[in-house]
Amino acid sequence: MEAPNQLIPVEDAPGEFVINVGPQHPSTHGVLHLRIKLDGEQILDIEPHLGYIHRGIEKMSESLGYKQFIYLTSRMDYLSAHMNNQACSLIVEKGLQLEIPERAKVIRLLMIELQRLASHQLWWGSAGLDMGAVSPFFFAFREREQILEIFEETCGTRLTMNYITPGGVMNDLHPSFVKTVKALIKQFKVNIHEYDKLLTGNIIFQKRTQDVGVLSKELAISLGATGPVGRASGISCDVRKLHPYDGYEKLDFKEIVMHKGDSYTRYLVRIEEMKQSMHIIDQLIDNIPEGDFRVKTKAVIRLPEGEYYQRVETARGELGVYIVSDGNKSPYRIKYRTPNFSNLGVLQYIAKGSKIGDLVAIMATLDLIIPDIDR
Amino acid sequence: MLSGLMSPGLVVVSEALIVGLSMIMLVVLMAVAMIYMERKVAGFMQLRLGPMRVGFWGSMQAFADVLKLLLKECLTPNGADKLLFSLAPFIVLVVSFLALAPFSFAPGLQMWDLNIGVLYVSAVSSIGVIGILMAGWSSNNKYSLLGAMRSGAQIVSYELSAGLSIIAIVIMCGSLSIHDIILSQGDGWWIFKGHLPAMFAFVVFVIASTAELNRAPFDLAEAEQELTAGFHTEYSGMQFAMFFLAEYTNMFIVSMIGATVFLGGWMPFHVYGFEAFNNIMDYIPSVIWFFGKTFFILFLIMWFRWTFPRMRIDQLLKLEWKYLLPLSIINIVIAAFITIMGWHF
Amino acid sequence: MSKEELKAYLELTFPTCKFENSIDFPLLIVEKESFFAIAKQLKEEPATNFDFLFCQTAVDYISHFEVVYHLTSTQYRHDLVVKVMLEDRENPVTESVYPLWKAAELYENEIFDLFGITFLNHPNLRRIMLGKDWPGYPLRKDYSDDFILTPQS
Repeated sequence: MEAPNQLIPVEDAPGEFVINVGPQHPSTHGVLHLRIKLDGEQILDIEPHLGYIHRGIEKMSESLGYKQFIYLTSRMDYLSAHMNNQACSLIVEKGLQLEIPERAKVIRLLMIELQRLASHQLWWGSAGLDMGAVSPFFFAFREREQILEIFEETCGTRLTMNYITPGGVMNDLHPSFVKTVKALIKQFKVNIHEYDKLLTGNIIFQKRTQDVGVLSKELAISLGATGPVGRASGISCDVRKLHPYDGYEKLDFKEIVMHKGDSYTRYLVRIEEMKQSMHIIDQLIDNIPEGDFRVKTKAVIRLPEGEYYQRVETARGELGVYIVSDGNKSPYRIKYRTPNFSNLGVLQYIAKGSKIGDLVAIMATLDLIIPDIDR
Repeated sequence: MLSGLMSPGLVVVSEALIVGLSMIMLVVLMAVAMIYMERKVAGFMQLRLGPMRVGFWGSMQAFADVLKLLLKECLTPNGADKLLFSLAPFIVLVVSFLALAPFSFAPGLQMWDLNIGVLYVSAVSSIGVIGILMAGWSSNNKYSLLGAMRSGAQIVSYELSAGLSIIAIVIMCGSLSIHDIILSQGDGWWIFKGHLPAMFAFVVFVIASTAELNRAPFDLAEAEQELTAGFHTEYSGMQFAMFFLAEYTNMFIVSMIGATVFLGGWMPFHVYGFEAFNNIMDYIPSVIWFFGKTFFILFLIMWFRWTFPRMRIDQLLKLEWKYLLPLSIINIVIAAFITIMGWHF
Repeated sequence: MSKEELKAYLELTFPTCKFENSIDFPLLIVEKESFFAIAKQLKEEPATNFDFLFCQTAVDYISHFEVVYHLTSTQYRHDLVVKVMLEDRENPVTESVYPLWKAAELYENEIFDLFGITFLNHPNLRRIMLGKDWPGYPLRKDYSDDFILTPQS
């Protein structure tokens, strides 16, 4: 039986028309196709069409080994590549009941927090760019370049790192890692105040993002929004606090929860998260324990039969990996619960009734990465 | 000199031709210099160098861009109104050049000393809106039309505030003629002599002019991140070059008005009564004073573009009609009061 | 409630459902017919208050389909997995949980697209990723994509 394939009907009431935003468009961050029904300037309905970058990662993983499928995950939310790899590594370690050395855990956390900083910096630059302020983009990439160079020294690549693997991490830290990171954080702390003055305190920016795209707490819970989107609406959903992993329980950092739920609040939550990330790095960078950076695992891993679920906190929300294993070399079914997929669902509800110009502000602060939605 | 060679009628025509052509050449060169300046200023504000390869420190970059535009094909979209489509860039450009007539670069270096100089400039530059609307309508493109209507609405609204801010100074000076306004600043520029109303009028003038030029933060009508791409989407090649040139010429004109009316035109920085200082200031040639002030205002306008995000169309119009316009009217009343009481310097 | 308490409570409240062992969360297996009522009760009961659907997916066990729901409560912070078995492979139909959790809208679209499971009472069921004329349902185990390699003439 074929269910009716409904698109927004194109009958035009007077003044209404349907337009396409994307898939190629400067302000949707990736290939996202939105069909928007407009009445003049006002948005009546939004229907997202996905699939332009659907690569079938879940199906492909069903024929790959447990050490191989991780390589595909860096390409889902490529701005949180380390977190994606960590989720997969943790689930395999959970299945094998493997204990990884302390040094590996601390290195993982350092890389994760640096990745979070880099991701939020890119978001900040493109949020400014979408609003029309061109200069923040360049300033944001100043720090991001330095972080990517740190990654390149230790992990070998800048974007899709594949550095965190089951058992620990791939290589040991580069000898100049500690020095470079300390210098970066010192400068970043000064720069972030500059960025605050440039964009956060800018009245034009505030007027364009305050009271735009308000997401109430009940709606956010019902829609399953996590990450900065959920926390800006009042849901306390930071996986690092609720279900800590890899040593987060020992660290001292705040979970940023605000209650207003509009675009400006989502912006502020991410800025505060950047400051918290720097605080975490400060706690870890001087106390990296000595020891092994990984434990040896078998060449071919077979997870015991059963179901497993692992959550991590990426830069955009809660990433969940769900593996159903039947004891073979490859997972029987693997499902990635990606944060951007649920956050996309939020768009339809908060953009109704606002203007086209507001759509850009909403998309900028929702911070969607489309390959994460399509997988 | 020329009357020795030809009949009086021909002399007038050839004088006009020579002066007109040299003015046009000057403006075109200024536009090219401004394009280069914009890119360099943008680069330095964004922690990068800007164009560096073409010519010494990238100075020939603008010439290269103009050459590229000249060589491109001029496409007319299917279904566009051909006459209006071709006419629109001409109108916009001609209007910009017409507005150059009354400006004075140095004592004696003025093309046409109208006794209503300021009013003439204001009036003529308003005709440019027709060109913009024509361009948007004749492009046969939903989004061009939308962009043109928004641009048109914005320009027409902000002309009010721009005009009113200049009138504040005209009231204090007592004359619309550019020559008179400059001469009256011989003992100090109006922005200092007119203290509060003049400074407020200057701020309003800069804001309103940036909006009239459709530049950031008021460039919603031509922003790439929005859905519409502006009234000049369908233009390419020489026609686009004309729109481009007209925008930079308008920027130049606006800066010149600001420099003339508020900052003293070619008049050096004199302080009332401080003769020794004034004599020293006179050593710097007037042309340098004039262009220095013009480039200062140009720099301000460019600075805005790289600092601020852009405003939404309704916020933009609200700013004008609810805030700038009432405040400008109050400002004029205060300026008139000050003039009558003689409380300016 | 902790995992054991939750399991005990659920065994009391839903005597007809089966439980399975799982490392992470208590796992409840529910009949298709009674699923929606049970889901509603799980959400609205003050003692459990499962108001957050954080993952919904389907698994193809060659003899049957299973639709898997991962629920959590923002108030009590306990998690639960609910599974519904669908025996009919030709025409798998079940009820949508959109009236309970709006997050289901996109999840169920994806499941319909990739598995072919139809959801009743869904506001806008459509093939969200692959486009309406894609033959077959890729995530099924018997899916063959030979038609790409050897196009029908």
